[in-house]
Amino acid sequence: MNSSNPDGANVIPLGVRGRPGRGGRATPSAAARAVAGSKPRSGPQSPDRDDPSLEATSSATSPPTIPSQSADERATRDGSSSGVPVTEIVAALVNAAQQVFGDDWERRAAELMAFTRRRLTGDYEVDDFGFDHELTSRFLMTALRPIANQWFRIEVRGVENIPADGGALVVSNHSGTIPMDTLMTILTVHDHAGRGLRSLGADLVFTMPFVSELARKGGATLACNADAERLLSQGELVGVWPEGFKGIGKPYSERYKLQRFGRGGFVSAAMRTGVPIVPCSIVGAEEIYPMIGNVPSLARLLGVPYIPITPFFPWLGPLGLVPLPSKWLIEFGEPIRTDAYSDGAADDPMLVFNVTDQVRETIQQTLHSLLVARQRVFF
Amino acid sequence: MGRVALVTGVSSDLGAGTARGLAADPEVDKVVGIDVVPPRRQLDGVKFVRADIRNPVVGKVLAVEDVDTVVHLAVRPTSRSGARSSMKETNVIGTMQLLAACQRTAGVRKLVLKSSTEVYGASPRDPAIFTEDMPARRTPRSGYAKDTVEVEGYVRGLARRRPDILITTLRMARLLSPRIESPLGHYLRMPVIPTVLGFDPRLQVLHDEDALAVLRRAVANDIAGTFNVAGPGIVMLSQAVRRLGRPTLPVPPFGLSAVGQVIARTVRVDIPPDLVDLLTYGRGVDTTALVDSFGYRPRYTTDETLEQFAATIPPGALRADRIRGAEARIGALTGIGESRE
Repeated sequence: MNSSNPDGANVIPLGVRGRPGRGGRATPSAAARAVAGSKPRSGPQSPDRDDPSLEATSSATSPPTIPSQSADERATRDGSSSGVPVTEIVAALVNAAQQVFGDDWERRAAELMAFTRRRLTGDYEVDDFGFDHELTSRFLMTALRPIANQWFRIEVRGVENIPADGGALVVSNHSGTIPMDTLMTILTVHDHAGRGLRSLGADLVFTMPFVSELARKGGATLACNADAERLLSQGELVGVWPEGFKGIGKPYSERYKLQRFGRGGFVSAAMRTGVPIVPCSIVGAEEIYPMIGNVPSLARLLGVPYIPITPFFPWLGPLGLVPLPSKWLIEFGEPIRTDAYSDGAADDPMLVFNVTDQVRETIQQTLHSLLVARQRVFF
Repeated sequence: MGRVALVTGVSSDLGAGTARGLAADPEVDKVVGIDVVPPRRQLDGVKFVRADIRNPVVGKVLAVEDVDTVVHLAVRPTSRSGARSSMKETNVIGTMQLLAACQRTAGVRKLVLKSSTEVYGASPRDPAIFTEDMPARRTPRSGYAKDTVEVEGYVRGLARRRPDILITTLRMARLLSPRIESPLGHYLRMPVIPTVLGFDPRLQVLHDEDALAVLRRAVANDIAGTFNVAGPGIVMLSQAVRRLGRPTLPVPPFGLSAVGQVIARTVRVDIPPDLVDLLTYGRGVDTTALVDSFGYRPRYTTDETLEQFAATIPPGALRADRIRGAEARIGALTGIGESRE
């Protein structure tokens, strides 16, 4: 980033302990280095300034090649009497940090250290469901963001339909063999609406080691009415994928055909708490792992709903686990209000079925229009 | 009105505390404590009867002392791995015997049962928060949890046969206190804490002062029903362990099988069998009914209880000041300085 601006490298005296010596880009300032008694470069040709790792290596390895320098000189320069050029390594690290974090590096590095300390001493809060807000926004979301932006190039529509506060139920289609669409929806809501989406997961999620741990910390809880209603009445934004395994594990030939929407439990939860239902349609997740086969017997043996066979898995081994880079569109539809229904509405199965169908139809229609809008499946 | 209270399991810390509290209460005329072993310290104002509640003699005690309130605290978790079968005997058979005696003794008006949130079990199908009306998703099949389920069943039986007895069932979360011995406290005191690999359970604990206050209130007031008793809020096990500054040793779930247990015990790193489910899936309970219907607001949250516990045990290898020190050293070295937030 400082390649275009040679002065950019000079603005941070911290960590370099105020020594001059970067010089210009074209001509390394040898004079400045001689005055300061700084280490010479390992060769006459200047190493590329844009590569922090190269600098780090050169400064770490170069001191032994300067036998002419006395220990005293070095000690005064480094501020330490040990033979290890601590300050130089640190300077290189600082430089690297600056390149990674940008101009604001000092504050961000301090923040990162404080974050690490808080994690290590347990000095953070989780809510009753195990949702770890700090870990989610700082770590999980950061890890997912490049996948969303660079790999799937997610295009988001209708963000204004997500209420800025108060409880709401986001209902979405489910596809893609593994619940990548859930993760991407959580990230989208986090980044575009600035709210945490509390997802409702199948009990299989909470059976699996590591997955269950991360799911709870990421805000998920078991898909049951008790939890859904508790979250909604606390004013949380809750996400549900009512197709469940029938949706996510359907063969590629049935892509974008919505399956049965559970038993309408999500509608009765929304009705009881009087929160709006926000339909969410996701196009793109169907193509990430096109499922062309299934091994039901092995799946039964392992206690999972299906063992997917895709054109690449298991044939390519771990490489087959890389999701295909399909183009994604996520659209949040207009909220469907449920607060106008009478008190006993949630116990009227016919009404619940009707609203369930209405939500399902809305999502199916939106899926069709999004499919038309999407120019190409992959690039 | 003269009241006579019988406290079972009085040799335990919680039992002794309850008996002492009741003896100090002017409303209660006489407190009778019963247990197979005498309490460690003298209980002033408490008449101690050394008897086994598995023995019909308990019926005679009820009649002779003219007891009207029975506080049943003798349903206890197993403290050590080996003592399980005798503990089950006391928990289940003892309760049956005691309840049979209560049914026969016309003078008994009230029963306060110390149950446990273990009745909800712990499984991946659990809702995040249990209310009193929710059944266990997976009925506990072993250990203390199974005992509490059976004990509550027998108490419901008594409630059917003697509807005139007022029954208060207190489902208490696991106790954590520097003063009271508890399996969870024992577990968290280990220098290296074994955890279940790949799982990070939610824990909710109860402060001993709150437990005693709730028991006293249940004796003093007539509040029938079942109530969850726990400190508000939860902590993750990983978080609790870090606050105690202790390193963890993740054990794969198959390490919790019988063979794994033997190996673990020989190296003294052992997850108590009673706690395995809880330490895998965790549990949270709703205490709204305790506040609204029972009329008691816990004084200590789970966080505060843990903090008090951490302050009284020797800090572990990864204690907070060492981590702060390391951070300060790195800060000084890089020139970032003290972290600012």
